[in-house]
Amino acid sequence: MINFQLTRNQAGRLVLTLMDGTVHEGVLPVRSFPVHAPENYVALVGVEGKELVWIDRLGDLTEDMRGLISEEIASREVMPTILSISNVSTYSTPSTWDLLTDRGATRFVLKGEEDIRRLAGAALIITDSHGMRFYVTDMTLLDKNSRRILDRFL
Amino acid sequence: MTSLSTAESPLNITLPSDWSSAAMALLEPDEQVLAWLEPDLDEKLYFATGVIVLTSRRLLSRAPNEQDWLTWNIAVTHSLQNRDHAGVGTIELFNEGQRLAVWRHTLGMAPAVSRLIDSFSFVQQKLEDPDAVVAVDAASCPTCGTPYAPDQDECAVCDEDPVGPSDTWALLRLARFAAPYRGVLIVGLILTLLSTAATLVPPYLTMPLMDDVLIPFQNGKPIDYNLVAFYLTGAVVAALLAWLLGWARTYLLAWVSERIGADLRTTTFKHLQTLSLQYFGGKRTGDLMARIGAETDRINLFLSLHFLDFLNDVLMIVMTACILISIDPWLAMTTLIPLPLILWLIHLVRDRLRFGFEKIDRSWSELTNVLADTIPGIRVVKAFAQENREVARFRETNDRYLGVNDRINKVWALFAPTVTFLTEVGLLVVWIFGISQVASNTITVGVLAAFLAYIARFYTRLDSMSRIVSQTQQAAAGAKRIFDILDHVSSVPDAQRPVPLDRMQGKIEIRNIGFRYGSRSVLKNVSLNIRAGEMIGLVGHSGSGKSSLVNLICRFYDVTEGGIRVDGVDIRSYSLNSYRRNIGLVLQEPFLFFGTIAENIAYGKPEASREEIIAAARAARAHDFILRLPQGYDSLVGERGQALSGGERQRISIARALLIDPRILILDEATSSVDTTTEMEIQEALDNLIQGRTTIAIAHRLSTLRKADRLVVLDRGAIVEIGNHEDLMARGGAYYDLYEAQTRQVDAEAPLEPSTPGGQA
Repeated sequence: MINFQLTRNQAGRLVLTLMDGTVHEGVLPVRSFPVHAPENYVALVGVEGKELVWIDRLGDLTEDMRGLISEEIASREVMPTILSISNVSTYSTPSTWDLLTDRGATRFVLKGEEDIRRLAGAALIITDSHGMRFYVTDMTLLDKNSRRILDRFL
Repeated sequence: MTSLSTAESPLNITLPSDWSSAAMALLEPDEQVLAWLEPDLDEKLYFATGVIVLTSRRLLSRAPNEQDWLTWNIAVTHSLQNRDHAGVGTIELFNEGQRLAVWRHTLGMAPAVSRLIDSFSFVQQKLEDPDAVVAVDAASCPTCGTPYAPDQDECAVCDEDPVGPSDTWALLRLARFAAPYRGVLIVGLILTLLSTAATLVPPYLTMPLMDDVLIPFQNGKPIDYNLVAFYLTGAVVAALLAWLLGWARTYLLAWVSERIGADLRTTTFKHLQTLSLQYFGGKRTGDLMARIGAETDRINLFLSLHFLDFLNDVLMIVMTACILISIDPWLAMTTLIPLPLILWLIHLVRDRLRFGFEKIDRSWSELTNVLADTIPGIRVVKAFAQENREVARFRETNDRYLGVNDRINKVWALFAPTVTFLTEVGLLVVWIFGISQVASNTITVGVLAAFLAYIARFYTRLDSMSRIVSQTQQAAAGAKRIFDILDHVSSVPDAQRPVPLDRMQGKIEIRNIGFRYGSRSVLKNVSLNIRAGEMIGLVGHSGSGKSSLVNLICRFYDVTEGGIRVDGVDIRSYSLNSYRRNIGLVLQEPFLFFGTIAENIAYGKPEASREEIIAAARAARAHDFILRLPQGYDSLVGERGQALSGGERQRISIARALLIDPRILILDEATSSVDTTTEMEIQEALDNLIQGRTTIAIAHRLSTLRKADRLVVLDRGAIVEIGNHEDLMARGGAYYDLYEAQTRQVDAEAPLEPSTPGGQA
């Protein structure tokens, strides 16, 4: 099934070797559904932005390749999950939020209420003023203070 | 996060205290710190602060959560690069293709990063040739990177701290709109005071009527009709006075509040017009419409009705309390027992109500959004037979609206009867206490009667006042959402001290610009010089950044990095109005406003004479078809107006651009949405327009760019080729590929009708 090779070169870039012997340096793994199906439907895209390889399931790959892909994705794509919201500067927007995420404490600026996107269930994606996205798995499971703050923006 | 880009002058860079001594200890005697940066993500993209310091010969770095510093002696073979994806920026240090180090950061510090990289290459140039004169850009703002205009010494653009305004006193902030009507308001308040006082006279007269007339009569004395007539006349006069004053007051204050409301609406709309396209890109139409329409109206209603009532009630309560205390302090005290309870209740529900009303407003906006989505898209909805799905979407939003309303009603339903109940209890208490006082001869029956008369009023007022809490909170929620718009600072701010600009030459210099839309980097390090009067054709795949480049030149957005100069001055230093007056824009989908054809042509220059309008229409090859319309230049177009074809609309928009006689002309796919025959007609009109102007044309069909002096080929946000058609064809690069692909396509399509991509109505 797997008809390509994937390695990492000195410059830290991924190198893809296809069955026909063509070598592509600096390929990027891109998830097609980073929100709804992060583990499946991954494309390896060349530097020119063209899709080179399509992977239906990461599980089909060898351990090594899967590791390389996950590593590369992890180093470029980040969607911290919000664990709690400790403080907001104001309930009108733009508003600066201090929060604790699974990747440590940080703060961001929320530009407007419309940057909070509701997903199915009680999940949310909040986009900050620089385009970084923060995920809330289930807003009903946050602590009371965070829920109260969040509630004022919904 | 600040760094400076000048590598020349001695620098006074203050390092953050938490690592400054550690870094300074590493420096050699004659080593200078040129720039520093605190990357805020670690290897695994966890939030953690590291340090990068650039000195005159080395790069020092401390990784997040580490104590040890790493150093690299800068060599000519090094390269420092940055890239970003999905909100994460990466800085990499390479030596001959080998990666030495990686740092990651959030995009907030992107301008600082690009300045670090600039400084790094300064250092390298110095290493290579110590005497090299490194071109240092004019002084620029350390925060946002905007270069200063010659006569500026501080940044007029940036706003460092995006902390929003306080939201607690949104209603009081309306005072700003009341200021112009101060005089009328004061008169109104005096009238209120007087009319309230007048309404309090009749119950006061019950006291002597009771004690001096009725009670003596019960005790066998005849009624003194003169005295009765005197008191009753007094009561009638007071009532008449109260009526007259009340009428004047209500009218006057309503007059003022209507004006305040109208001013609020206009001001909000006016402010909205100054906001950048970025703002409109992020907001949804329905939401903005709901805010400006419904919410200003609610505030207006509050000001003209409820606020007035509220004021009246407060006055009445205070005055009644004074009278009661003056008659009998003890009885007065018992009367006021429920008051603190009610106040406490009000305090309790107030916040809940306000948050609730904010939610109601937001879900109302969502409802409007669904409408604003579905109605213009009705053709698509019907074509795909998705009416039921839209109904379901509407119902879902409507249910949410219902839900938040239900929650508020729950609070409110309990609150209002509780207040009524408390006032009833209060009345009872007065009866009990009053009767016992009368029995012990401490007060007369008249006093008790007067008290009961006052208290009935007092409690009705209290009741109605507490009801206003709901309206107040509703208005406060609305005011907050209005001030959300009013407080929004345009991301394309107008220069504070603009460089005067009357008629520009049209020379454009684009210097190392970068532009990012959200987390997507759209343009990277684009530089281009355009001579005055030159025609440039922008070519590239869709998504290559052509339209973004044009949007930046029009200043619909501001560059994230670098700068654009027109006639040698950064465009951020001109006032937006004077700058855009020199730019003519013809878009792919010409937009016609509701109005006559003449009005539409003169949109950019409303004072244009009829002769000018006709001349512009002639030059745009629009004159003939306009004359064929039944009402000529007076025909109505736009929504529900005369139906015009795509080519006709386009020629009107060309005439519109011609009329303002711009120095810079932008044609953004001006001929893409029409068929080839119409295109030829439009092309003629365009040729007239282009003459003598700096023109930047984007065209999908490369054949339409034959007249361009130079073609600029963009690919994924960068310029890949520049040259004229022949040169680029000879080079056989990206342009050649594009051209070949298109000729093949045209050949393949030849037997078919010239197709237009699904024209919009």
